[in-house]
Amino acid sequence: MTALQHVKSHAHYTVQLPRSDDFAFWRESARALIQCDIPPDKVAWVEPGGSGDLFASGGMRLPEPPADAPPVRASKRYLSLAANAALHRDPARFALLYRLLWRLQANPRLMEDKADPDVRRVEELDKNVRRDSHKMHAFVRFRQVEEADGAEHYVAWFEPEHHILRANAGFFQRRFASMRWSILTPQGTLHWDRETMREGPPAQKADAPQGDPVEDLWRTYYASIFNPARLKVGAMLSEMPRKYWKNLPEAELIPELIAGAQKRESEMVAAGERDDGVRPESLAAIGEAIQACRKCPIGCLENRAVMGEGPSDATLMIVGEQPGDHEDQERRPFVGPAGQLLDVHLERAGIDRDAAYVTNAVKHFKFTMRGKRRLHQSPTAKEIDTCRWWIEGERELVRPKLVLAMGASAARGMLGKTVSISKVRGEPIPLDDGSELWVTAHPSYLLRLDGEAREKQAALFDADLAAVRERLAELAGQ
Amino acid sequence: MGVAPILDRLKILADAAKYDASCASSGTAKRNSTKGGIGSTEGMGICHAYAPDGRCISLLKILLTNHCIFDCHYCINRKSSNVQRARFTPQEVADLTISFYRRNYIEGLFLSSGIIKSSDHTMEMIVEAARILREEYDFRGYIHLKTIPEADPEIIHRAGFYADRVSINVELPTDAGLTRLAPDKNARQIEGALGKTSSDIIEAKDAKKRFKHAPRFAPAGQSTQMIIGADAASDADIVGRASRLYDSFGLRRVYYSAFSPIPDASAVLPLKRPPLIREHRLYQSDWLMRFYDYRPQEIMQATEADGNLPLDIDPKLAWALKFRERFPVDVNRASREDLRRVPGLGVKAVHRILASRRHRTLRLDDVARLTVSLTKVRPFICTVDWRPTMLTDRADLRKLLAPKQEQLELFAA
Repeated sequence: MTALQHVKSHAHYTVQLPRSDDFAFWRESARALIQCDIPPDKVAWVEPGGSGDLFASGGMRLPEPPADAPPVRASKRYLSLAANAALHRDPARFALLYRLLWRLQANPRLMEDKADPDVRRVEELDKNVRRDSHKMHAFVRFRQVEEADGAEHYVAWFEPEHHILRANAGFFQRRFASMRWSILTPQGTLHWDRETMREGPPAQKADAPQGDPVEDLWRTYYASIFNPARLKVGAMLSEMPRKYWKNLPEAELIPELIAGAQKRESEMVAAGERDDGVRPESLAAIGEAIQACRKCPIGCLENRAVMGEGPSDATLMIVGEQPGDHEDQERRPFVGPAGQLLDVHLERAGIDRDAAYVTNAVKHFKFTMRGKRRLHQSPTAKEIDTCRWWIEGERELVRPKLVLAMGASAARGMLGKTVSISKVRGEPIPLDDGSELWVTAHPSYLLRLDGEAREKQAALFDADLAAVRERLAELAGQ
Repeated sequence: MGVAPILDRLKILADAAKYDASCASSGTAKRNSTKGGIGSTEGMGICHAYAPDGRCISLLKILLTNHCIFDCHYCINRKSSNVQRARFTPQEVADLTISFYRRNYIEGLFLSSGIIKSSDHTMEMIVEAARILREEYDFRGYIHLKTIPEADPEIIHRAGFYADRVSINVELPTDAGLTRLAPDKNARQIEGALGKTSSDIIEAKDAKKRFKHAPRFAPAGQSTQMIIGADAASDADIVGRASRLYDSFGLRRVYYSAFSPIPDASAVLPLKRPPLIREHRLYQSDWLMRFYDYRPQEIMQATEADGNLPLDIDPKLAWALKFRERFPVDVNRASREDLRRVPGLGVKAVHRILASRRHRTLRLDDVARLTVSLTKVRPFICTVDWRPTMLTDRADLRKLLAPKQEQLELFAA
């Protein structure tokens, strides 16, 4: 036995730690005790404010290690775990660490035995402390205050579970080196003035500032990024336990967000829902049904639906955008200025309008009132998509071999996506039912142009119609 | 037309970003502000808050604008949707990021955008926000930029110099799904952009080895996201696609986003609760491939007749139940690979078992101390004092191990 012979076997030693997180002091004391061969059950470790071991004789001085005492051995793994586990608030942690250190002297590879209860416990303490540190990095919320000299000072109030404040000073210093900041906790305070770190006495919540205007933005963000259709309260609570909530400005929103989630989700589902029911099976029935259609806002305006017209077995279907003022009044497609212009061009191309089924992608006239005049407004993509329901019905019944869509809205009505007229005109696009789609400009586009531009566009329009005429002849010959 | 207050626009542009699955802010280069600037990254990302949907808030995840000239059916911001529109300037995004960062609300910025004017213009604006943060604020925190595959590769390339991570969404597991639901997008273009960024990352890493001062390029790599449950793709399809993406483009992560009902949804989409459990099972299988050496074919073996993973049990258990002849595994002798196949044993538990058994012969209560739950593990292992006689042959084993009550999606893990 190399320990001091004068140490009586029943003697108890008390080590008074200067600070709860003073691992360096503990390490020095533990090293000396091991070298004096003092077994774990003879040592009591007392931290500030702690009562320690009732049986410990507080006054007994620690023995001096003998000069020839062997060095104390500890694996790297032990040291890194112990340094962190020492920050745990469990009063028994120092005794546990000493017991492990004691056992390590006889069994240097003890730390590898993960099933050993002491090893297991110290790993648990380490894990708890690491988690608490991580939560501190995450949940400290600075509030900005203006100092007397006009400088910005960021102050946070945080309540750590373990003695981790000092150990985490470096993290905040590295991250916010260029800011002046303070972190206040019930165990102590840290103050960084952009050059040096100062430690201060424990603080109270009232010492910290109460608000920051940016918190409103943050709460807005927090509420908006939450997707009510994915509510998983358990997952949230396991990562952000309630004990942290009181110092998180955004947490006050949580009960309300949870309570409203189901309602918001069912509203989302309902808003997208559409019960189309069964489509009428004749053109006449569709013509009747569209009068009552209110699936989009256009149907709710002061207007009348306009049905397509022409032979119900036409080879050619001509589709425009929507009825205009004249069409709405006469309840017939393409009877206004654009329709008259279309007639001129069709005749020039040698296409018989009366043999074609002429209709529109959107069934009602969309307008805004300008004085007493109803001013044409283009339908939105959504409105066109909604109205596809009807034009698809017309196509199913008429079964044209060729569809001529005039303008971007008509093309969208046929394809379900927006295409650029200049890119797709002059070429057939195959449709699902085996027919083909040709796309050209809307005649009202020509009406809005003058001079050279109009001539140029009119020529393009004529060329498209001529190509359609040619294709119709081919299809007829097949 | 006046510009709405920043609070109102934040509401719209954060709401529009809530369908993005990625939130990672880890695995990038180490940086800090001790020599100037603001911010740090220390390898491990930090989740600064958790929304009630259980997802973490690590980055300020917003859209530059939710105006969009594209018309993808699954997207709330598509052209034909009637949502309220708003936009931020790059300067506003940078300012908002900095003021949140200073208060320790976030790790950095995740910026995405609807496409305005043109893909190039939009990408320029995204890069500009990152440039202001890095160059004018000397910001050292995390930046994740969503790049637009249709944009000029040169502009996308610039994004990589400011960002820690770039991502390009493949959007849907199959090309057919993409054609149907995202008429303006092109699968080949998306893969082209992924490939270009992947080779840029490799090139920059190579340069870094030769020249100390070579600029860093997306040090946290690239990721992608696909939407689950909007088209008919099965889990087997999805896992196959994901593993090809990992192989071809060296992706850090493939994120799965269960399609959730969106306000003003397109009529071609399913309007129901997002398939959250399915999404969870896919993440579990992703985990098995990345950390447990399961091959994609093995995940597919765990699927049921319809090609989907079972919803009532996790994919590891599903695989084990199909290959019962591989069990029980002797915890005192089995290899690391075999131990990792045991349902209920995680990477850490396996490590603990391997370390401990050099010191002792493990008994069942030793295993209990080393694992989270013994119940799940017990039928698949043997120890010196335990052998699960015939248990792996029991026809009702699945029923015994599946969660007792029918799990409500609402409270799914």
